[in-house]
Amino acid sequence: MHRASLLLELADDELIVGWRDSEWTGIAPTLEEDVAFSSIAQNEIGHARALYELAAQELGTDADALAFDRPPDEYRCAPLVELHLLEWAHTIARRYLYEEADRVRIEALMRSDDETVAGLAAKIDREEVYHRMHAELWAARLRDEPRFRAAVEELWPYALGVVPPELRPELARRVGLDVVEAKERGEHTPALVELWEEMTEVRRSAPGAEW
Amino acid sequence: MVTVEAVWAALAEIPDPEIPVISLVDLGVIRDVEVDGSRVRVEFTPTFLGCPALEVMRRAMEEKVSALGGEPEVQVIADDSWSTDRISPEGREKLRAAGFAPPPLRSAGPTTLVQLQSKAFRCPYCGSTETRLENIFGPTPCRSIRWCESCRQPFEQFKTI
Repeated sequence: MHRASLLLELADDELIVGWRDSEWTGIAPTLEEDVAFSSIAQNEIGHARALYELAAQELGTDADALAFDRPPDEYRCAPLVELHLLEWAHTIARRYLYEEADRVRIEALMRSDDETVAGLAAKIDREEVYHRMHAELWAARLRDEPRFRAAVEELWPYALGVVPPELRPELARRVGLDVVEAKERGEHTPALVELWEEMTEVRRSAPGAEW
Repeated sequence: MVTVEAVWAALAEIPDPEIPVISLVDLGVIRDVEVDGSRVRVEFTPTFLGCPALEVMRRAMEEKVSALGGEPEVQVIADDSWSTDRISPEGREKLRAAGFAPPPLRSAGPTTLVQLQSKAFRCPYCGSTETRLENIFGPTPCRSIRWCESCRQPFEQFKTI
């Protein structure tokens, strides 16, 4: 795949999942989770920034323009990160599945021949270690809860859509589920447009302003 | 004439914007300094990618170099070369004295939950290792929250990355 396209897929996933995670700031069910989701969101959006900066060098633009100035249908994020999940079992199921999928993808990028991409992937991986611990703790705690199991099964086709087809068997092995038809990247859910309206509202209110 | 030594000394005066007891040089984020005539190139590695202090640090470095009469060029290197192992011994002691438990050195593999739940973490206030993990996450991306069983208070633990 074209390098800039690959970077944008990753960056868009990280920006949008970070945005969704940040929606729990102030309203998570416990204070610890409020802090955890806010911190994870900050990291994910930081990863998005670094990935956008790399893509921007190639595309002759800047990270903010890539993050906020494209229309929603030009975003390349996977449907998993777009979903507006207002319930804790689904929220944790997404965090768990996203971290598993992201790990498979990041590990593949760390082996890339492109040294810049491999180096950034390795840096991202150091931070993701802590996100995975958080996700694994919750997944272990909720493993026998029917609501959590149902949420994982419901979101599983979406999780497969985060990684390219060649990495799906590995993801399925790690999660302990079978490869099924994936919710593919490319078609957006209506939730993305709603999110985009809110996310870009301030920037659109004063085009070209220095903040 | 700007010298490499003068640039390092000037950069050592810049406090970390979030933990001002420690300087950017103590933190190990300055990877290299090159001087070519009046041009001064500083290679800088971010700590956490989402750290909001990055821009503040970059501006502070540019100002310091300009004050020496150099033309600054700060290059941000987003690769794997920074880890918490690059924090200097002096930096670790400054962190501890300010109430932040310094990050343990990296082991062979990535940090695991079992390690975080072990008794290997020392309270920066009383020195006890009777501490437990409260939250993997804390007030900034680089910190976790632990609880000291001996002096019965929470403290901030720098994460190992």
